[in-house]
Amino acid sequence: MRFFEDIEIGQRRELGSFTFTAERIKKFATQFDPQPFHLDEEEGRKSLFGGLAASGWHVGSVCMKLLVADGERQAREAAARGEKIAIWGPSPGFRDLRWIKPVLAGDTVSFASEIESLRSSEKRPEWGILQARNTGTNQRGELVFSVLATAFVPRRTAGA
Amino acid sequence: MTLTFEDFSPGHFGTFGPRRVTREETLAFAAEFDPQPMHLDEEAAKRSMLNGLSASGWHLCSIMMRMMFDGYIGRTASLGSPGVNELRWLAPLRPGDDLTLDIEVAEARISRSRPETGIVTFKGVVRNAAGQALCEMVSPIIVRRRAVVAAEQAG
Repeated sequence: MRFFEDIEIGQRRELGSFTFTAERIKKFATQFDPQPFHLDEEEGRKSLFGGLAASGWHVGSVCMKLLVADGERQAREAAARGEKIAIWGPSPGFRDLRWIKPVLAGDTVSFASEIESLRSSEKRPEWGILQARNTGTNQRGELVFSVLATAFVPRRTAGA
Repeated sequence: MTLTFEDFSPGHFGTFGPRRVTREETLAFAAEFDPQPMHLDEEAAKRSMLNGLSASGWHLCSIMMRMMFDGYIGRTASLGSPGVNELRWLAPLRPGDDLTLDIEVAEARISRSRPETGIVTFKGVVRNAAGQALCEMVSPIIVRRRAVVAAEQAG
């Protein structure tokens, strides 16, 4: 994971992809979002989605999963170079989350994250605050998911 | 009875819960979707900004979804949601806490592009057992209108 000082507006990371199988869609939906179009193929076909569709919260959670995996990759690379490793802070939230197109059973979604803004934290000088546009694109190249997320990122030198 | 667009008018809609969140489930969700030390490792979590083990924010969102489903969406003629205008994580969800959800209808309007449906924008606040707000969300859902649902049920 990177320090605030290493991050620039416009930097983009490809986070990897995830296949939403029917089994994974139903498992998540059974626990958190048991609406018929997330649980049953036939109900999905009859719905606006046109097929068994992943819960939007499943799509968001998978985006988080791939963000964390990418952060761990960067941390391993930093460690291999003998550099200090940045540990992310929590997120105060997000805005403008859009479920643009349904994610249907069998779809593979590739996620990416692009830095939109950077600012210092007034209350916590050892932290910076970033906004990133995180997106998901399906195997047909269609944008299916987008969110403007905010996160605390540690500074290499506190208050610098 | 199925709730339709006409059942949602601006103002307080309901309070749902309580829902106990166990340590076992917060660790399981974090291991699968958000394996950061602040959600999985007691010692690392103590050193984090959140000062102790906390559930993933996406877990809290997913639990809120389930509380909305159990509270009203499960019996609403909902066609799904286009997104979330804003979501704020205000305080950490600690394993073992009991959640309640307050739902307010912020806005209800008939869809211009699909007049057989309406768009109901909800504001939801999740609180812990101590009454502290943990999460606030503003999000619309698309709901079918009463006459359309009634005509279908009659037919």
